[in-house]
Amino acid sequence: MGQNHLLSVLIFLPLVGSLAVLLLGRDDHEWVRRLALATSIAEFVISLFLLRGFDMGSGAYQLEEFHRWISSPPIHYHLGIDGISLFLVLLSTFLTPFAILCSWTSIHVRVKEFFIMLLVLETGMIGVFVALDLFLFFLFWEVMLLPMYFLIGIWGHDRKIYAALKFILYTMAGSILMLVAIVWLYGLTGSFDLPEIQMKLQRSIVMLPAGTELLLFGAFFLAFAIKVPIFPVHTWLPDAHTEAPTAGSVILAGVLLKMGTYGMLRFCLPLFPDAAHRMAPYIAVLAIIGIIYGALVATVQHDLKRLVAYTSISHLGFVVLGIFAFSNISIQGAIYQMLSHGISTGGLFLAVGMLYDRRHTHEIKEFGGLATPMPVFASLFLFICFSSLALPLLNGFVGEFLILTGTWQRHASWAAWAATGSILSAVYLLWAYQRVVWGEVTVEKNKTLPDASTRERLILALICLLALFMGVASPLFTRRMEATSQNLLQQMQRNRAYDARGAAPAGMPEHCDMPAMAAAPALASAQVARHDSVPERRAQN
Amino acid sequence: MFILKHLWIILALPFTGSAVNFIFGRKWPKKAVDSVGIGSVSLTFLAVLEAVREFLQLGANQIPWVKNYYTWITAGNFRVNFELQVDQLTVVMMLVVAGVGLLIHIYSSGYMAHEGGYYRFFAEINLFMFFMLTLVMAANLVLMFVGWEGVGLCSYLLIGFYFRKKSAADAGKKAFITTRIGDLGFMLGIFLTFWTFGSIDYAAIFRQAAQMPIEKAAPYGVLTSICLLLFAGAVGKSAQLPLYVWLPDAMEGPTPVSALIHAATMVTAGVYMVARMHVFYSKAPAAMLVVATIGALTAFYAATIGLVQTDIKKVLAYSTISQLGYMFLGCGVGAYAAGIFHLMTHAFFKGLLFLAAGSVIHAMGGQQDMREMGGLRRKIPWTYWTMFAATLAIAGIPGFSGFFSKDEILEAAQSGPNANTWLWVLGILGALLTSFYMFRLLFLTFFGKARYDERKVHVHESPANMLAPLVILAVLAVGGGWVAAPRLVGGVDHFEHFLAPVFHPRTGGTLSAVIGASPEEVARQMDEAKAKALTAEAAEKEEEHAEQPGLAGSLLGIPVIVALIGLATAWWFYIKSPQTPKNLAKSLSGPYKLLLNKYYVDEIYGFLIVRPLLWISANVLWHGVDEGAIDGAVNGVASAAREVGGRVRHLQSGNTRSYATWVVIGAVAFTTFFLWMVR
Repeated sequence: MGQNHLLSVLIFLPLVGSLAVLLLGRDDHEWVRRLALATSIAEFVISLFLLRGFDMGSGAYQLEEFHRWISSPPIHYHLGIDGISLFLVLLSTFLTPFAILCSWTSIHVRVKEFFIMLLVLETGMIGVFVALDLFLFFLFWEVMLLPMYFLIGIWGHDRKIYAALKFILYTMAGSILMLVAIVWLYGLTGSFDLPEIQMKLQRSIVMLPAGTELLLFGAFFLAFAIKVPIFPVHTWLPDAHTEAPTAGSVILAGVLLKMGTYGMLRFCLPLFPDAAHRMAPYIAVLAIIGIIYGALVATVQHDLKRLVAYTSISHLGFVVLGIFAFSNISIQGAIYQMLSHGISTGGLFLAVGMLYDRRHTHEIKEFGGLATPMPVFASLFLFICFSSLALPLLNGFVGEFLILTGTWQRHASWAAWAATGSILSAVYLLWAYQRVVWGEVTVEKNKTLPDASTRERLILALICLLALFMGVASPLFTRRMEATSQNLLQQMQRNRAYDARGAAPAGMPEHCDMPAMAAAPALASAQVARHDSVPERRAQN
Repeated sequence: MFILKHLWIILALPFTGSAVNFIFGRKWPKKAVDSVGIGSVSLTFLAVLEAVREFLQLGANQIPWVKNYYTWITAGNFRVNFELQVDQLTVVMMLVVAGVGLLIHIYSSGYMAHEGGYYRFFAEINLFMFFMLTLVMAANLVLMFVGWEGVGLCSYLLIGFYFRKKSAADAGKKAFITTRIGDLGFMLGIFLTFWTFGSIDYAAIFRQAAQMPIEKAAPYGVLTSICLLLFAGAVGKSAQLPLYVWLPDAMEGPTPVSALIHAATMVTAGVYMVARMHVFYSKAPAAMLVVATIGALTAFYAATIGLVQTDIKKVLAYSTISQLGYMFLGCGVGAYAAGIFHLMTHAFFKGLLFLAAGSVIHAMGGQQDMREMGGLRRKIPWTYWTMFAATLAIAGIPGFSGFFSKDEILEAAQSGPNANTWLWVLGILGALLTSFYMFRLLFLTFFGKARYDERKVHVHESPANMLAPLVILAVLAVGGGWVAAPRLVGGVDHFEHFLAPVFHPRTGGTLSAVIGASPEEVARQMDEAKAKALTAEAAEKEEEHAEQPGLAGSLLGIPVIVALIGLATAWWFYIKSPQTPKNLAKSLSGPYKLLLNKYYVDEIYGFLIVRPLLWISANVLWHGVDEGAIDGAVNGVASAAREVGGRVRHLQSGNTRSYATWVVIGAVAFTTFFLWMVR
């Protein structure tokens, strides 16, 4: 059977690139950068072929690759993407060249190692998003931790060691839980293969007692919650961001945080739907707290980078809320918000990094009046701020609006509370922007700061263009998520339906990843229909 | 039918102008920048005129004219199309926005000629035209929201145009954030609409809402909720109580911006929205009452503050808030056409007032304080006469445009189907104050002796490109109301008649509201419409009887009397006996201070909301919860662990490599443990 090796190529190309960089001379900085950039751009171009190979009518795993790897325990090299991971892969391959470009002049020590780390990191990220084997997933999950740890620990700022340790300890704590859960799940189902486990659980070949399901869900969820991060396990994030070099922050905010929300969509919801339903109200409350709390704390930060870090907590709260509202609309909104947060917040970190390159500080009061010496930078920065605060026709709006629309159906007050985040995002961003960019130049040094260079203009302008594109052309994205999102919800419903019946009907298709809306039992489809239809809430008086 | 088929052109023109100036304008000479800016808006205006011409040839069954261009957002059954529509209401709004917009663009090329950031100004004001036209041409709620937020962005940028000034930067931010508070309600209103009707397209939701019962009494239904939520957005955008606080500060922006955005167009978006959603509001009398009450209260309240302000633009700002209140009062008592009528005449006379004020400021070399003016009448006659006309219009002196529109609103509040005496009284008191503070402004500025140093300030009349828009607007401010004049003698109000197909679809000829309804339903509604028409006819006949003394009654009605009283008082205070207001301010120093400080509302908001929120965020959430509780716990666990493992290894060695080693060892240990577990 002819397999498409696109996903493998995407995983290993950066690794090969990093090996090639390894062969270059230690002081050959120019070529190290060029090679790294060339690799990442090639990677991005190749990843665009995913769009061609992707069938948007299907919610199943696509472009699958399957190789036996270890027979006992049965660990396989199983890759595949669906409408959730497709764009997350693209986001990773899109942001890595920016991470490399923004480090062009700002990294002076151990240049070679730095770019090797970035490329290895890319391998890890792509691997996480395409692995369909739980062990393989865990492997990539850990692979990606190490380079990030080093990026913060070696190339970071003043308190880098503390931040790196905090990052690794928090994440490791989650990883242990996840590992235990993976092994436990293997003990129950005899498999590490995600589609196989999904199928066994759905057809009730394996029945999880409610308590067990809750524990498994909790272990996975906590690991992902730390990664997102959800209040109250978020305190590693501001430190990690503040201390990380710009490239590290861009990747961290742009991609790594999404692994948490990706994990929830990929594992927590389809494998443990009952537990997910039971816990959803609590999780939604935490998400809403995160939205408001992150925004309020962001407002009062003195450090610009820390401020942007806290905004991530707020924005990711929307994503988590969208996921746990279990609505087709809000889940697509959540996926969209993941992408758009990667672009906007990545852009914010890039802009903040450019200021750091000039002044070697993130203190807001060290700036002020930058529009005078740096007008082009000021305009592009403002554009990115508005993309982040969800102005219509820019990327942030689509995700946030879909999330809130979907959430409203499930629980109007959740949507109402979460929507206050849209006021607060204007507060913290515009206030910060005013203090940094508007007003008179107050610090003597700032009077002569050079405006954005051609390289910097290119970086920011590309981010702005993509923000605009995502803001006006969202169906190009959401149409590719639709089937997957429906499929996901259907699986969750089906699980519940089978549990209710206690037994699986015969004659189900062999693999679980059949197209959406196919041959679902009547009970399940009735429940699905309820998810999408308009409730009859007419006025009755 | 070219433009009607390609309505997007009307939006693309100003957008292109904006983009060109943003990208290239910085290095271009001013001539090129304003050619692009004014050129694109001129073309927009021509396109609008052509669209209106084509629209007037449409058959009644083709209205509203809706064109869908592409799907903007889609997920599940939620779909937002980039869909534009034209009906009579849109026509009025398009003409006002594009027409007044064009005049103000021309004026700006004179007013801003000596300012830095010329390209930025034109780029941003063009962008505003794009968003404002999107707002009025949208065929669904979400697209309206796009324009709604977009004009907010432009307002933010233009208020903060002089970004080096802290007060300007503060004002821009305040405007955006305050209106966003209202927009929260607007968004929730959209969600509720979608989940109630399964759509956000006007056609679909109006069709369904038209068949729903009127929500007469508690417990109110979903339409009342939707209307109130949407109205929250209008309260923010149109600067009504309690969210009006941003508009006076918005005067930090250049004066043409105040004229276009903060008087003639953007701030009226809320009124337009209520009128657009009239199908909903008409079914929700409780929400209507809220709209009318907020409107009447604001009309009176803002007028009281306007009495004592000394900054010429601040007076006009409070006057705008007050006049917007009248528009809401009109809509709230069901006289939507009157509300929109006042919106239009207000766009003329208030746009003119601001432009004339700008001309005064220009002449005075930047002075905005009326106490430093006086006697300008002879020095800048064109400005004076145009401003005089606008003042007569806003004060409601018979024959001028404001008289016709305000009179209709007050009449509806007094004797319309949703009449309410208290609201009418507030409206009348507001009209008295309006007349007073406007003539006060006129007298302080143009009459009396010069109170500035004539050797230092060289008062000069503005150039022709500023005066021409003044004159055109003056003509409109005087004559713009006469379309409604026949009403006074029992004839047809042409403005209301033109809008009738929108606000009274059944009697107005189109049956758009019943398309898709069952045949029985249609028949029933036809009967109803007929019955209504009959009663209307009867009522008209009755009115004709009452109308005969009514002409004199209207001309010398209470609104006119209070306007004249206001005029006379202002004349007494500021021309005849200038000591009176000073004495009055002394003897009533308490209320005077209260008004001068705008009831201390900004201070109260700061004290009750802003400062506590910042304090809690910094001290409780950040330092308390984040750094204290959570990190304290985390660090506590870490240090406990360190104490246990401290003898084995020095964790805090500060050596990166040793951490790296630890991580690798850890990872290996995990893997080993894992493989051991699995076997």
